[in-house]
Amino acid sequence: MKSKGKKRTGKVHKKQALVLYSMMVPGILYLLINNYIPMLGLSIAFKKYDYSKGIFGSEWVGLKNFTYLFKSQDAFIITRNTICYNLAFIILGTTLAVVVAIMLNELKSAMSKKVYQTLILIPYLISMVVVSYIVYAFLSADSGFINNTILKAFGIKRISWYTTPKYWPFILVFVHLWKSFGYNSIIYYATVIGIDSSLYEAAVVDGATRLQRIFHVTLPGLKSTIITMVLLSIGKIFYSDFGLFYQVPMDSGLLSNVTQTIDTYVYKGLTQLNDVGRASAAGFYQSIVGFIVVLTANMIVRKLDKDNALF
Amino acid sequence: MNIVENNKKEQILLHTILTLLALICVLPFLLMVISSFTNEGTLMRNGYSFFPEQWSLESYRYIIQRGSTIFRGYLITIGVTVIGTTLNLLMTTLFAYPLSRKELPGRNIIAFFAFFTMLFNGGLVPSYIMWTQYFHIKNTIWALIVPSLLMNAFYVIMMRSYFTSNIPDALVEAARIDGAGEYTILFKVVMPLSGPMLATLALMVGLGYWNDWLNGLYYLTDSSLFSIQNILNRMIQDIQFLQSAAGATADFGVAEIPSVGIRMAIAVIGILPILCIYPFFQKFFVKGIVVGGVKG
Repeated sequence: MKSKGKKRTGKVHKKQALVLYSMMVPGILYLLINNYIPMLGLSIAFKKYDYSKGIFGSEWVGLKNFTYLFKSQDAFIITRNTICYNLAFIILGTTLAVVVAIMLNELKSAMSKKVYQTLILIPYLISMVVVSYIVYAFLSADSGFINNTILKAFGIKRISWYTTPKYWPFILVFVHLWKSFGYNSIIYYATVIGIDSSLYEAAVVDGATRLQRIFHVTLPGLKSTIITMVLLSIGKIFYSDFGLFYQVPMDSGLLSNVTQTIDTYVYKGLTQLNDVGRASAAGFYQSIVGFIVVLTANMIVRKLDKDNALF
Repeated sequence: MNIVENNKKEQILLHTILTLLALICVLPFLLMVISSFTNEGTLMRNGYSFFPEQWSLESYRYIIQRGSTIFRGYLITIGVTVIGTTLNLLMTTLFAYPLSRKELPGRNIIAFFAFFTMLFNGGLVPSYIMWTQYFHIKNTIWALIVPSLLMNAFYVIMMRSYFTSNIPDALVEAARIDGAGEYTILFKVVMPLSGPMLATLALMVGLGYWNDWLNGLYYLTDSSLFSIQNILNRMIQDIQFLQSAAGATADFGVAEIPSVGIRMAIAVIGILPILCIYPFFQKFFVKGIVVGGVKG
């Protein structure tokens, strides 16, 4: 063997290195195609897209697409909806998930802990399309469970849910929380069970009540995970779950004022309205501002707790 | 009141709240399943209900007898999930392993190349134009497998840190001294030691493929290639269409094809495999969430 005589302290031969690089070729090619080419393709926002000429051959039009986008009401509405829904999700979602994680931890029976964990995660496993079926089963005007059973029982008139915007902020927040709280609770719960048990024992010796233990041991132990999770969500504040905002309200035009987000706007501009200019301008706006926000959020995480920073 | 009794009360309170939350999570699925077993006339008359007047197997009978579209959609979903997950695991592992070898020059640059895709992306418009105009992926089966799902920088980084902290350098060195090539080391030494991580990754990726309807929505118009999720999506779009065509005033009597019960039965069939597998692999799902969650 060639390598035998040499001292081998963590070095690779050229040939070995080449073999290792060769392993990465499929992945690198995929990222170049799937991720990097579309980044260059963002230049389309400054062009008048012509299908026959492609992204790189189309004519430059400067900021025309952007003036067109920002002159309309749309830019304001989609930005407001995207950010406000995300803020509601972050505040309510975090609170709910932390409370559930603490409740799971306070349970005595290991068996029930597992059963509850298993059950609350189920909504997370289901696609938004199926979720929209379930929501429809509850909200459909003529056959929905709420109109036919709940409202009927109280003698309240039927509500045409899919045409009444005022209910949708609540419905969307509820559906989001329903689908995601199990997932987030499990993340927080994993942190809670990692808290040094001697801290609890010391608290018990000091005569702390259960609530005192939660406020003085559990919550401080969760602090860094909460901060990281919240800042990471803030980093994604310019993005929304397309399925939640498009599929669950069933793309109802009457609701668009409260359900339209940047993602649904881009999709509709591209596929339904054939307005590539405005869609690409909105997409560019999302990519750039989203990038700035994620860098800022990470910078803050870095300052607070270096270990939890993304980079 | 003594402490034991107090504790007992607290436990009962906790159980009550958590049971309520668990019911809120599970009951909607029950409503879905029950509707799929409800007689169509009952559904039309009384709406969706947990206690239907009349039960029926009609929806499932219809699917078994005449559901060739659904059967094909199901096969496509299964095929796409199996092929996609296998390719993804292979590419992710092949990418992550060299990144975990500290002695490889330039690995940090390549890691950053992958990581950057998590921070910045081109979004839908350029991706859509690229896949359809340059790669002509529209209305091919690749549309369901390749765009965005085939490999994800996040899983690469997750896998790399698993390798870094769980595969001892000495083991790799020893295999090299024995004359094993890098591919042999990866497939014969490293992979067998990464079973739980690979299982976790397979479940997360597989779930992603099984539940994906976006690729089909973007890139398929040919319904013969529809996965079960795309079929479900198309059906709900048809209801939308019927509703908008009939106007908001016509609340009743809209002809819906396929019927409500059949739609629900298809949705039930669509989620059944997940719900069947899930309890047995719950441990891996939880692990995947915990490992991935904080940095996801």
